Amino acid sequence: MATEITVGIAGAAGDGLDRVGDTLARAAARLGLHVFTYNSYQSLIRGGHTWLRLRIGEEKVSNHGDRLDALIALNQDSIERHVPELSAGGAVLYNTKLECDPDLLPKGVRAVPLPVADLTKPLGKLPPVMQNTAALGALLHLFGLDVEVAAEILHETFRHKGDEVIHQNVGTLRAGYDHALKAEKPLAFKWKFARKRRPVVTGNQMIALGAAAAGCKLYSAYPMSPASSILHWLASHSEKVGIAVKQAEDELAVVNIAIGAGHAGVRAMCATSGGGFALMTEALGMAGMIEAPVVVVNVMRGGPSTGLPTKTEQGDLNQALGASQGDFPRMIVAPRDAKDCYDATVEAFNIAEVFQLPVILLSDLYLAEHRSTLDADAVSPDVKIERGEWATKADGNGRFQRFKITKSGISPRAKPGTPGLMHIAGTDDHDERGILISDEHTNAAIRRKMHEKRMRKMDEVLKRLPAPKLEGPAKAKVTLVGWGSTWGVLDEAAARLAKEGIPTNLLHIKYLYPFHEREVREILSTCEKTIVVEANFTGQLARHLRAETGFAAHHVVTRYDGEPLDPAYVVGRVKECVANKAHDLRVQEAEAREMAYHYSRIHLHDEARPVRVLERAKSAHGEPVFEVDLVSRKGKEPRGKLVIGRETGAVHAFETMEKGA
Amino acid sequence: MTITKDAPERSLKDLEGDVHPDWCPGCGDFGVLKSLKEAILELNIPSHEVLVVSGIGCSSNLPGFIHAYGVHSLHGRSLPVATGALLANHKLHVIAVGGDGDGYGIGVGHFLHSMRRNLNLTYIVMDNEIYGLTTGQTSPTTTTGHKTKSTPKGNVEHPIQPLALAIAAGATFVARGFSANQKQLTDLMVKAIAHKGFSLIDVFSPCVTFNKINTYQWFKERVYNLDEEKGYDTTDLHAAIAKSLEWGDRIPIGKLYETERPVYEDTEPLFRKGPLVDQKLGLDRKVFADLLAETM
Repeated sequence: MATEITVGIAGAAGDGLDRVGDTLARAAARLGLHVFTYNSYQSLIRGGHTWLRLRIGEEKVSNHGDRLDALIALNQDSIERHVPELSAGGAVLYNTKLECDPDLLPKGVRAVPLPVADLTKPLGKLPPVMQNTAALGALLHLFGLDVEVAAEILHETFRHKGDEVIHQNVGTLRAGYDHALKAEKPLAFKWKFARKRRPVVTGNQMIALGAAAAGCKLYSAYPMSPASSILHWLASHSEKVGIAVKQAEDELAVVNIAIGAGHAGVRAMCATSGGGFALMTEALGMAGMIEAPVVVVNVMRGGPSTGLPTKTEQGDLNQALGASQGDFPRMIVAPRDAKDCYDATVEAFNIAEVFQLPVILLSDLYLAEHRSTLDADAVSPDVKIERGEWATKADGNGRFQRFKITKSGISPRAKPGTPGLMHIAGTDDHDERGILISDEHTNAAIRRKMHEKRMRKMDEVLKRLPAPKLEGPAKAKVTLVGWGSTWGVLDEAAARLAKEGIPTNLLHIKYLYPFHEREVREILSTCEKTIVVEANFTGQLARHLRAETGFAAHHVVTRYDGEPLDPAYVVGRVKECVANKAHDLRVQEAEAREMAYHYSRIHLHDEARPVRVLERAKSAHGEPVFEVDLVSRKGKEPRGKLVIGRETGAVHAFETMEKGA
Repeated sequence: MTITKDAPERSLKDLEGDVHPDWCPGCGDFGVLKSLKEAILELNIPSHEVLVVSGIGCSSNLPGFIHAYGVHSLHGRSLPVATGALLANHKLHVIAVGGDGDGYGIGVGHFLHSMRRNLNLTYIVMDNEIYGLTTGQTSPTTTTGHKTKSTPKGNVEHPIQPLALAIAAGATFVARGFSANQKQLTDLMVKAIAHKGFSLIDVFSPCVTFNKINTYQWFKERVYNLDEEKGYDTTDLHAAIAKSLEWGDRIPIGKLYETERPVYEDTEPLFRKGPLVDQKLGLDRKVFADLLAETM
């Protein structure tokens, strides 16, 4: 079996775990391994809890997985939270300043305390974030990875900061490595390194790169997580890729700038998240009406409202489908992985220009921010750029008919600045020349034919798009149905279910609008048990399927807590569906523990931590409860008992045990 | 701004749009339209190099009445649409037009930020102190106490001061016209379009149907011509602010302020290679390989 590990790095924001994660991801990718990383963080610049996972394998890894082999814990909190998740054969690495309670250690997991201060003494006074680098060095030895490649990356990373910083970083890495070499026997991980460098990219980077390859010339944006890294990448590469970047005052300006640019003849894109997208919606209808191309990326995060700014969700399908008043042609595409972000962006520009309409690309935080390796030849700059039909001379009595009614619905465009093709592009409905038919000129016949002309373009778009196909065995007991970023998780879950005796295949939908209604209905009607899996509350894809095809899935599995789906979660939920067992929505023990951490942070200055969790079937609160014992981090004396309702999740009481209270 | 010299001789008639204006007889916007056409003729700008972008409202119907490229966009969004078009092709003469509700109400955010940006475009606001197309509600420039359909007991809010806002926000050309003073208005438009940077002309453009207070007569009794005022220095920021706030028995019209500041287009390195619309699309293999290598 192919070797694979998952490394977790946990600490507070500001502990510098991004850097160490980056070094490890790139080192693995240079060794020719496959990597998938996911960072679960909070909307904080400092503090809080940040949880970075790196799944590294000899074979392709399509998601962040659901196990843990190695843990670098940068604070006490992280030891307590994540040590119990470690699998046998793994290890936890931490600074000897911290403590790892032996009771926390699962069987077969090694505790590796690192005397970082002693190890790095010869390097002089170092900033505290350097403890990560020492831990990384030790980890490379324990898990059989190559320290030289990591040293080479640190050399490159800190080249611009001068020799001393390089010396400190590489020295710290080697100090951690050498210490482990002497003190620790390596764990049982044997690797075959292809030593073929792989790019390590995020979905957002691939959207930006795809836009550049597609010939985007203008990118407008207003900062909003988790879309902002597209803005940052394009701003820092603007001249190199030939894309002018404009940060504007709000998303209303952003989308109208992009549409104005599209109308004037350049390829333009903007990106935002759900809240910004909501502000953009009126203008999407304008793009539909004046038949201007625009690519709008919505990198979804948890909603509604400000919602979960740093957590993932697929909650904006309804919004994308219903954005803006009236009916107008639009396309909605949801890429499945980082490479698909590239391909979908290139395609989005072609569809937007050929059909002169807004294209909405739905990504999400999971896809936007996770980093994964690509095969180096997975993406190429040699993409097909289709600019659609352009008029060169006027017809129609010498005056240009910008909105000429055609069989395809496509009317040749004119670049403003071209002699002889002057016209008005109006958001009021208009005739072929662009003259308004609202107000006193209202004309029902022209309105009908113009509306039909515009909407006809949808038939043509659909003809171009490949219909979704079943992935996996043609015959299966269960068919999973998903969309967008969850592909990697669903693909792995289907394979695992098959191994566990439930033959499963997958229908993953990329083109959400226009929709391959006939093809999807035909596929689904032959499936034994269909289970839609998506990351939102109401099952928006399941509803879309019903609306478009009349097909109601047998089960809908949703997740809406902000954490991404993972294979174990999906497998567990599917098994419940197969057994016709209702999903238990009560608070689980691990959740009670998380709620206790939150309580401690907010009300107890983060000085207490949960230890024992007891379930009581009867309570004075009208429901079964969890009683979570909190002890002080220092000294471990009891601080109190938190009473959490199992059904409602309400914090009913905190019974303090502090002296004098 | 480049002015093409070799365009054939044209008349106002050549600049007429397909449609006769649908404004009420006597509407102030007729004068604005005429001055705009005169200015384009005087500057000898070919029609196809002009892009007139409007929002929504009576005055925003203007692009349909002039023979040029036009976008009749969304309510309040003329400036961002104009900005996008200008960034795409900064060789175009982009002129944004609209009313006071469009520009100072729903679009006021874009108004301020566009001026801060100092794009090389001209913004003409037909200011009638009322919402006309929606049949007579209070607007951002409606004077306090004015009874409208939405303020039957009189408007209680203080009117916005567009010229003061413009000067404070960084507009580099700020003027006020009156649609009954055709000659001066045309002259202001010529100067505004020729000005390199963001130029604002707020034009008193009376609504003869829904504003029975701020009538032609009302303005005629109050306006005085700043362009003829001796000693007024249009480069003096503080003097301009003082003039911009003058209201009541005497209201200045004319050029209040003009200054020079680098235009946005000159600060964008990519524009050195010409307008974006003329630039090559896509990435060559070397650049692409470099970009991927950054991630390895």
